[in-house]
Amino acid sequence: MNGAHDLGGMQNLGPIRPDRNEPVFARPWERRMFGVAQAVFASGEWNIDRNRATTESIPPADYLSMGYYELWYTRIVKLLTSDGFIDPSELEAGHASQPAKPIRNVLEAGMVPAGVRRGNSSARTATAPARFKAGDAVRARRINPATHTRLPRYARGVEGTVLRVHGVHVFPDTNALGLGEHPTWVYAVAFNSDDLWGPLEQPSFEVVIDAWEPYLEPL
Amino acid sequence: MALKPPSGDHAQEHGHNHDHGHEHDHEHYDDMDVRVRALETVLVEKGYIDPAAIDALIETYENDITPRNGAKVVAKSWVDQDFRAWLLDDASAAVASLGFTGRQGEHIVAVENTDAVHNMVVCTLCSCYPVPLLGLPPKWYKAPAYRAQAVIDPRGVLAQFNLFLPDTVTIRVWDSTADTRYLVIPQRPVGTGHLSEDELARLVTRDAMIGTAVIPAGDHA
Repeated sequence: MNGAHDLGGMQNLGPIRPDRNEPVFARPWERRMFGVAQAVFASGEWNIDRNRATTESIPPADYLSMGYYELWYTRIVKLLTSDGFIDPSELEAGHASQPAKPIRNVLEAGMVPAGVRRGNSSARTATAPARFKAGDAVRARRINPATHTRLPRYARGVEGTVLRVHGVHVFPDTNALGLGEHPTWVYAVAFNSDDLWGPLEQPSFEVVIDAWEPYLEPL
Repeated sequence: MALKPPSGDHAQEHGHNHDHGHEHDHEHYDDMDVRVRALETVLVEKGYIDPAAIDALIETYENDITPRNGAKVVAKSWVDQDFRAWLLDDASAAVASLGFTGRQGEHIVAVENTDAVHNMVVCTLCSCYPVPLLGLPPKWYKAPAYRAQAVIDPRGVLAQFNLFLPDTVTIRVWDSTADTRYLVIPQRPVGTGHLSEDELARLVTRDAMIGTAVIPAGDHA
């Protein structure tokens, strides 16, 4: 989806304001929101791609006006309400009033240290040989799906070079829609800034994206 | 568990509209506080989440998973050439050998800065970040301004970090669009030959491992 999340190359968003001494969480509610969201994700009800797609479905004007953890709040509420785990009236009341729906997993405190360190790999076993190898010239496809994709707009239609082969990973474009994992090879592809943007007022540079094989075509 | 008091520039955090007054922002964040409390209460009452697990999650990410982890990896790569070779060849395994594994670090690639190439990392689409090595990302890394500018004006980004690289250095920006998380290995500063691995680790900053800073040479006695 060509949403506001796909930010690469947008201009006039203001200064970056680095802060080397910021706390991990700026406010108590952000801290709590982080923990609530992680606990909800640990239910296993929603894969990472559906999660991301839900954030990306927030209309652009809203997306850009929300802070980071406000986006998290909005995403979590969307997922929980759309799948019937909570009713909006419960959030308004601040208390549960509807029967709970069975949920796959409830994270217990004792499971946190191991769970955090275990992670959740998207790597899968290869079922086909890699189509490309390092050094191959490729072009990022010009596609504009209205659904989830991880091919950023700024790279679409641009020629680049495969830098490295990452392995086989779950394909987000189908996984986000519940259409299956369809694992494919993933490649780091390097683009020259001249090809991405034309002339700029600085020396040419490289941008590398990680691209699933269906995002690429041979040259 | 004690909650930290709110801090920082509210208008900046809010991410939109720096012209909005602080009064508006205070109201807004009071509102978010109420909304998040309501959400947590409903979810706990329905048995979907355990408040003790939330406490444990927050504590883990505040105290245990921090940029000190990545700094240990970098310092070791400066003093141990075998480890450095392993790190550049298979970073996931090399960092796992030091105990750094987990969520958002399942697939790590380490990229080294040299006199010819300076690497920096961004996630233009969301906020992907090598969490087991660097902890949760800083606010600026997740905010639209950095995500937008890093891939079209990296030198303009670095200038905001007071980093000005010679034109002869090629900048390579890694946009974390898939499942690989990138760790920048900064160059070891000159004049540090006498330092121990632990002392070297203390010189390594979070921003240097994202690539928005370098580690300055200086008096490291």
